[in-house]
Amino acid sequence: MSKVRLVQGNEACALGAIAAGATFYAGYPITPSTEVAEQIAVLFPKIGGKFIQMEDEIASIGAIIGASAAGHKSFTATSGPGFSLMQELIGYAAITEIPTVVIDVMRPGPSTGLPTLSSQGDIQQARWGTHGDHSIIALSPSSVMEAYYETIQAFNLAEKYRTPVVLLMDEEIGHLKERFEVNDEEKPEIINRKAPEPGKEYIPYENTEDMIPPFAVFGSGYRYHITGLTHGEKGFYSSALPVVDAMIRRLWHKIEDRVDDICRFEQVDTADAEILLIAYGSTARSAEEAAEVLRAEGIKAGVLRPITIWPFHDQYIAEICQGRKAIIVPEMNMGQYVREVQRVVQDVPVHSLTRVDGEMITPTEITAMVKEVL
Amino acid sequence: MNALYENYFRKNLPHIWCSGCGNGIVMSAFARAMEQLGYDKNKTTAVSGIGCSSRITGYLDLNTLHTAHGRALPFATGVKMSEPEMNVFIFMGDGDCAAIGGNHFIHACRRNMDMTAIVINNHIYGMTGGQFSPLTPFGKKATTAPYGSVDPAFDLCELAKGAGANFVARGNVYHAKQLTDLIVAGARHKGFSLIEVMATCPVSYGRHNKMPKPIELMNHIKENTVSLARAAKMTPEELEGKVVNGILHQVDGKEYCQEYQNLLDRIQGGGK
Repeated sequence: MSKVRLVQGNEACALGAIAAGATFYAGYPITPSTEVAEQIAVLFPKIGGKFIQMEDEIASIGAIIGASAAGHKSFTATSGPGFSLMQELIGYAAITEIPTVVIDVMRPGPSTGLPTLSSQGDIQQARWGTHGDHSIIALSPSSVMEAYYETIQAFNLAEKYRTPVVLLMDEEIGHLKERFEVNDEEKPEIINRKAPEPGKEYIPYENTEDMIPPFAVFGSGYRYHITGLTHGEKGFYSSALPVVDAMIRRLWHKIEDRVDDICRFEQVDTADAEILLIAYGSTARSAEEAAEVLRAEGIKAGVLRPITIWPFHDQYIAEICQGRKAIIVPEMNMGQYVREVQRVVQDVPVHSLTRVDGEMITPTEITAMVKEVL
Repeated sequence: MNALYENYFRKNLPHIWCSGCGNGIVMSAFARAMEQLGYDKNKTTAVSGIGCSSRITGYLDLNTLHTAHGRALPFATGVKMSEPEMNVFIFMGDGDCAAIGGNHFIHACRRNMDMTAIVINNHIYGMTGGQFSPLTPFGKKATTAPYGSVDPAFDLCELAKGAGANFVARGNVYHAKQLTDLIVAGARHKGFSLIEVMATCPVSYGRHNKMPKPIELMNHIKENTVSLARAAKMTPEELEGKVVNGILHQVDGKEYCQEYQNLLDRIQGGGK
């Protein structure tokens, strides 16, 4: 049975989290993400989930990591300033490999910035915000329906890869209200973390073939140690050079080597496109509109929309850009994603279209730039 | 034959602590308390922050979570709130708990979740080599207070009481038997329990404050501690510079997880 409703992006994230099996939320109020917490505060008690409002964002992510260690799919939602505060513990979740989902509804920064308007300014922070080397997964929805499905995917990827996953949603999508329809019979696959094999010795951070060790939840009978210090396979602190090296490299490769499994893109009219627009989040909708307008004027334009922002699929981007006349990357920041495109595309000019005043990039701005570079 | 309390250790020695450090005494007192409490090890989680004292979790045969500096309480809150049947203990140091973790501490006291926090107060940041903390007494020396600290110190027990903790006690590493009793009483008391433990750090605290030998710090604790009963008979002048030991505060307030369960029952029963 399906029911059509008008739903906001933030609310869709809350519904997606519930569909993914989330049972624990800890958060701190911050515009423009607060509706996620408000929805969960209403919905969780009805299904036996736990909602707690913490004293700050650091406490919020600490609590969700603790709840995840105890076996609960856990998440939080925040925006720029809160996302900045969470960085140290996002690193903790990465090094301890505890599945967590952080929804970051992006607003212009730095600092308090512009709380009520939109931005895509946290793209690089999501990748490199915490200190040290690790990989991470980040997704960016372009619609309310996608906010729902990508929140489910965020949980699936967190569970599958034992990693923090960031849902990077611009305020535009977070506060957008549009048609929402979920068909219960077509529920997406729900992935749960791999449990230890009964009867086999449990090595908490074993370098398994897939580089993702099974997760024993606290209370399940496997008593072991979790630490944010560099650690060996048994979980205890080690500063032995080969141990540290193997640990850091596994954290990196378990995600970076799986780009084919993790990364998803949508292509619109790319087959014969001479102009390729690469855009994500709400900006992709302007790009699609711009491409349509350009086509009507006889300019062959197409759109590549990365749904997965991180990890970056070098080979895929390099290949799809081959043979085009020009690549344009519009984004609501000073050019954060375009840096990655420029890193892997050598033979085609890659142009950056930026906007940082809190408003969306319009289709007209994109078409104007296309005509300028042609 | 091993003593029963040793069942709570992982026996992954050697430990990292210096000679004369009080942390081992606290760990032993905790293990003896566990023996009395009889908790299932699989249903007990020990959470710690960062610092010398927080390394305790690595040596305990429990579910152990060694977190980030100052953040043990939020992690513990997540474990307890999601799994209220879990017995949760938190180990923190004085800088860890009262400085970087101070905000989490007062809010954990306020929520009154049924967990037991053991704060090992050696008056110094030991692991970074002897800087003053918010629990370093006024005038004492540290590497960052070479001429004596001008920072006033918190009374952690008063802070906890004021913030809403339901059980507040102070013990020390000299009166080790009493420390075990306090941990047992704190764990059995429903609600947030604080046990502040006056501890010794001859290397990073004693050395800067004319008590470089472990025995000197032990004697200092012994000579400056008064029991609650004795303190009641002393004048404020006599109490000056003394540390009062025992269960300082004990009330039965609303426990957070129970209140949340009541809310769940009400909403799932069709209430509002």
